[in-house]
Amino acid sequence: MEKQEFNITVYTENQIGLLNRIAIIFTRRKINIDSLNTSPSEIKGIHRFNIVIDESEEVVRKLCRQIEKQVEVLKAYYHTNADVIWQEMALYKVPADIIAEKASVERLLRENGARAVVIRKDYIVFETTGHREETDNLIKVLQPFGLIEFVRSARVAIIKDSEGFNSKIREFERLEPSEDVIENEYLNKGQKVFTM
Amino acid sequence: MNETAIAQQELVTAPENEVAVELTGSAALLEALLVEGVDTIFGYPGGAIMPVYDALYDYKEKLNHILVRHEQGGIHAGQGYARTSGKVGVVFATSGPGATNLITGLADAQIDSTPLVCITGQVFAHLLGTDAFQETDVINISTPVTKWNYQITDATEIPEVLAKAFYIARSGRPGPVLIDITKNAQIQKFQFKGYTPCTHIRSYRPKPIVRHEYIEQAAALINQAKKPFILFGQGVILGSAEQEFKAFVEKSGIPAAWTILGAGAIPTDHPQNVGMLGMHGNYGPNVLTNECDVLIAVGMRFDDRVTGRLDKYAKQAQVIHLDIDPAEIDKNVKSTVPVWGDCKETLPLLTAQVDKKDHTEWLAKFNEYTAQENEAVINNELHPTTDEMTMGEVIDQLNILTKGEAVIVTDVGQHQMVACRYADFKNTRSNVTSGGLGTMGFALPAAIGAKYGAQDRTVIAIIGDGGMQMTIQELGTIMQSGVDVKIIILNNRFLGMVRQWQELFNERRYSFVDIQSPDFVQVAAGYRIPGRMIEDRADLQPALEQMLNNKGSFLLEVMVTKENNVFPMVPQGCSVSEIRLK
Repeated sequence: MEKQEFNITVYTENQIGLLNRIAIIFTRRKINIDSLNTSPSEIKGIHRFNIVIDESEEVVRKLCRQIEKQVEVLKAYYHTNADVIWQEMALYKVPADIIAEKASVERLLRENGARAVVIRKDYIVFETTGHREETDNLIKVLQPFGLIEFVRSARVAIIKDSEGFNSKIREFERLEPSEDVIENEYLNKGQKVFTM
Repeated sequence: MNETAIAQQELVTAPENEVAVELTGSAALLEALLVEGVDTIFGYPGGAIMPVYDALYDYKEKLNHILVRHEQGGIHAGQGYARTSGKVGVVFATSGPGATNLITGLADAQIDSTPLVCITGQVFAHLLGTDAFQETDVINISTPVTKWNYQITDATEIPEVLAKAFYIARSGRPGPVLIDITKNAQIQKFQFKGYTPCTHIRSYRPKPIVRHEYIEQAAALINQAKKPFILFGQGVILGSAEQEFKAFVEKSGIPAAWTILGAGAIPTDHPQNVGMLGMHGNYGPNVLTNECDVLIAVGMRFDDRVTGRLDKYAKQAQVIHLDIDPAEIDKNVKSTVPVWGDCKETLPLLTAQVDKKDHTEWLAKFNEYTAQENEAVINNELHPTTDEMTMGEVIDQLNILTKGEAVIVTDVGQHQMVACRYADFKNTRSNVTSGGLGTMGFALPAAIGAKYGAQDRTVIAIIGDGGMQMTIQELGTIMQSGVDVKIIILNNRFLGMVRQWQELFNERRYSFVDIQSPDFVQVAAGYRIPGRMIEDRADLQPALEQMLNNKGSFLLEVMVTKENNVFPMVPQGCSVSEIRLK
């Protein structure tokens, strides 16, 4: 089967260590994760992972089963790019003097849908959001003008046909509200404790 | 299970009725174990788990703690206990090296679906991440080899987390759970409001919902099949579905073969039990896998040692796969009908819908292959004409003397294949071996645990000369605890399985397989365990009798042929139907 980009969406509890548990399902098989984003979902207390990998559907299906097997995972779905609406955000830092000198840059930025986030005497930070080709394209465009720094966020994706999941998860949370994550409260305490 | 339920009835008081008592985290932990019906703990103390051991001093009457000689021995003992008792094995270890010594056992338990709760001590919470003395990140080290793990840094978490740990370990497809408790949480006093076992976790589905349409489709396939064939694995045993499985086999009249961990789910001598699957399994079951028309897999996961080359595996057959773990369905072998669910529920539903049949002709075909295998392999192995003894004849004699009633614990290698092929299992939960991970050194400690898990049964560890030396220190555990374990060392003065492969596939280039052994009988004597070494066939039966009749443990070393090979064999990269008889 052909490899292609798949968007894996995982609904989980908010638990320390779960990121590792999910990540090693990929690393164990020597699969590179192209993009990974964790965020809250529309329901408070339920977390959401967006993972992008380039693999065959057969492999992706098995991976989702392995992910769902984890105790704190509620559900894992996979979709092709056609089945999701997705965006990635990128920031670009360029020297201010070059931009000021060359009016063409402004046009290029407009054409690429970028906007200035910070304008300083020494540099300007631009932002653009879109598909990979779009954010990639702006790198090429800005490179000749002394691009100082570039960073791109992980992909976030909304599933086109997700109403069914939403109602299920909402009902799920209503029946049993989630619990708070317990963190280590002692890292800045206990210096006086005797340790063996 | 019933015992656990009774313990819960007696000890659990509803939290709202109970006056909270002030307890340390350690005492709360031990209270939790009592409610869970734990009677035996295998462990080894150390700095970071000292508060738990201090609390244990007051629980000595209620909780039997077995002091092992190495944490790996502790966890294998926990596995042996879980496998014979059907209960959750409990293991204690300290932080750092104590915790890392558990990893092999965790990996073994994970791949063989053995329910364990391992408690590790950890450095104080405020020291986490400082490279403190005996600090190791056991949570992250153990993540790939645990069903679930959790670090407790505050004593108030203990009751709820322990309850989840036991529930996760034993429910659904069982597996090992590791709970790491920082030392401050062990010492910390808190208001203990009683312990309520967990029966539900919102994100966790231990069993998939049974889909009745799949049961119907499966039954329809079975009913029209001319040459159906059942493969069964440990799922039948883990699901306590032996009776349900037997009913299905007997009504459907279908021949059934087992994976190594499925051995004993139905008795070895059941007329429809056609033998063992896989690389060193029986001739008929392997060859006929590629001839059957419907393959019914029950609680087994199509391991590569069972399937051989996948693209030539049962391609002609429609596959019905019964499994509790949805991730196993279509993982290795694509199923025509996936029967998701606990086989204790799905098997009776299926039995109700299958026609009563006897596949006499088809069964006879298996017997034809058995006859060929007898002639080419089995007769020579069980009744050799050579002077030197074979491993097979030891097992054969043992069958006669134990009448197939013993628990057989095996290590890994040639002796394991021979023991599993030839041992007679009358009862379920009688075959304890490291199947998936193939952990040498498993048998001696696992046998200790197996005996604690089945105290009224005879437990016999069968070990090679290599594996014996991997965990030989557990003779100390046997000495001190007084546990009654019979040890048979089948000594061929080689790392036999690797030697066999080097002979067959590496032109006899015997690279580091001629292993020397100590005088095992003398070593045992050093541990005050009686023993005997035999080289002559005439001594075999009397020596086995001496071992079985000895009150307490006994070590019997049997010198066997040096360069014997285990056959039949499906060579690596070959199809199951290309199985070799020599």
